[in-house]
Amino acid sequence: MRKRYGTVQAVRDVSFSIERGEVFAFLGPNGAGKTTTVRMLCTLTRPSGGHASVAGFDVARQPKAVRRRIGLVFQEPTLDDRLTAEQNLRFHAVLYHVPAAQVEERIGRVLRLVALEDRRHHLVSTFSGGMARRLEIARGMLHTPAVLFLDEPTVGLDPQTRALVWEDVLRLRREEQVTIFLTTHYMDEAEYADRLAIIDHGQIVATGTPDELKRQVGTDTVGLVTADNPAAAARLEAAGFRLRRGEDHLVVFAEDGEALVPRLIETAGVRVRTVHVHRPTLDDVFLHYTGRQIRDEHAERALPPRARARMARRR
Amino acid sequence: MSATALDLPGRPLADERESLAEELRTVGMVWEREAIRFFRTRARVLSSFVQPILFLFVLGYGMSTLVGSTAGFDFKKFLFPGIVAMTVMSTALSSAISIVWDREFGFLREMLVAPVSRTALVAGKTLGGASIAAVQGTIMLALAPLIGVHLTPLVVIEVIGMELLMAVSLTAFGVFVASHIRRMEGFSVVMQLLLFPMLFLSGALFPLSGLPGWLTVLTRINPLTYAVAPLRSVVFAAQHMPPAAAAKFTSSVTLFGHTLSNAACIGITCAFAVAFATLAVAGFGQPD
Repeated sequence: MRKRYGTVQAVRDVSFSIERGEVFAFLGPNGAGKTTTVRMLCTLTRPSGGHASVAGFDVARQPKAVRRRIGLVFQEPTLDDRLTAEQNLRFHAVLYHVPAAQVEERIGRVLRLVALEDRRHHLVSTFSGGMARRLEIARGMLHTPAVLFLDEPTVGLDPQTRALVWEDVLRLRREEQVTIFLTTHYMDEAEYADRLAIIDHGQIVATGTPDELKRQVGTDTVGLVTADNPAAAARLEAAGFRLRRGEDHLVVFAEDGEALVPRLIETAGVRVRTVHVHRPTLDDVFLHYTGRQIRDEHAERALPPRARARMARRR
Repeated sequence: MSATALDLPGRPLADERESLAEELRTVGMVWEREAIRFFRTRARVLSSFVQPILFLFVLGYGMSTLVGSTAGFDFKKFLFPGIVAMTVMSTALSSAISIVWDREFGFLREMLVAPVSRTALVAGKTLGGASIAAVQGTIMLALAPLIGVHLTPLVVIEVIGMELLMAVSLTAFGVFVASHIRRMEGFSVVMQLLLFPMLFLSGALFPLSGLPGWLTVLTRINPLTYAVAPLRSVVFAAQHMPPAAAAKFTSSVTLFGHTLSNAACIGITCAFAVAFATLAVAGFGQPD
């Protein structure tokens, strides 16, 4: 999949491709253009330039063909909470042309995927925010889409529920072989992705696997506190390690810090008191490419999604 | 996924159209949802009967003493078909609130992004609301014996047919209005503003003959007028009405000096229904 956009301020010249079966994360702060990109890929907003194809169909010229092959989970809830979970799914099955003979089986399957079988006949109004979100993910999978789009699937959920949602997502990828495209501004979540793109001010600033990106900004560092730092430093340097001497510790730069720990201890030749391996985080990556930290920008995100959705509509 | 935008000219359009069967299935599902939701809110079911019953008994008995009866036919009997029409009308118009509700709670999006036509969605909404309204109107018929109105099975069937037609037209109108309203409160206000003038100017509550000119004009541009008249004349046809009563409590509508037949009224109502449905489809799902 390739796409280029010429003019829109929201998304400038974004180009990327996703492999079948990948979990691909779009990481960036609010207003970076994540949702706009998703909307264009889902044929909800027409690109003002360039082109994109999803599951082999052009988003501008064959929007319905695209929509039949994608599942969508929006930031704001889109369930009918006066219907039961099953009624919501049944409605969706018809709208997405799931053959009548398969509806029953698919509903059972997607409810199992998100562990909500026992809630099948409950009204959605009795669901917690996390359960509703997981039901929406199940609904997005009901018509066996080739690509599942999740726009900020975990926003406003507590950490435990976020973990559950991620379990669901990874299980989907494993059991349904679906390609998953998701947006997030949580660094720790982007780590779960096979590959990710960092987007800022409507432009992709970096693309790659989490490890690749982290390697681009620097190597691992291993902090050592030993019984005799100068002696250890001398031996390590003699063995070819790059290091920096701190006041009461040594910092060794290495490609794969964790794997190196045993050799470092052996080479140091003195008693090692503490070892601290630091890998660059995606936060370091974001900082490296944008000069800012993503965490600073999300104070208002603490509100639950429904409240935010309402606020957005009231504006 | 590979970039295939360039090698597609042969196959794109077949996949862009829905088959009729898929469209009908969508209509049925949207219809079913409207029904499930309506009957789940019992308060709404009951409250939609309160006003018509109040009008029928309070206004009916009150006015009967003033108007008096002509050869055994009184105002209550005249009013009865109008009250049935009123029940259909208020239920049909208010059923469109589900669209505002859907927008408020996000479900409208679930429908609009699906690979289905807006026509199918509007048809489902309209038929769903219309069926509910027709059911409500038909339940009102159970009060006929209390008023002394005689009904035969054939009359009931004819009345149900008229109710459905009227309900489709009014629900489509409601859907059209609701598509342009963003807030629930706004919907209630607009519906109250529409409901009472349309009701009072429809002939549901008093005969349309011998009115002052300006009032006659207003009643004749009211779409509901052409639905109430045939509904009433179908009911009246089953009553023993002496000529004096028929002249006083007229059920017919005149337009440009011609008395319209039932068929003509039904034709006009159909035309309104088609027009409103077209407007509803055009207005449905406009972006916020």
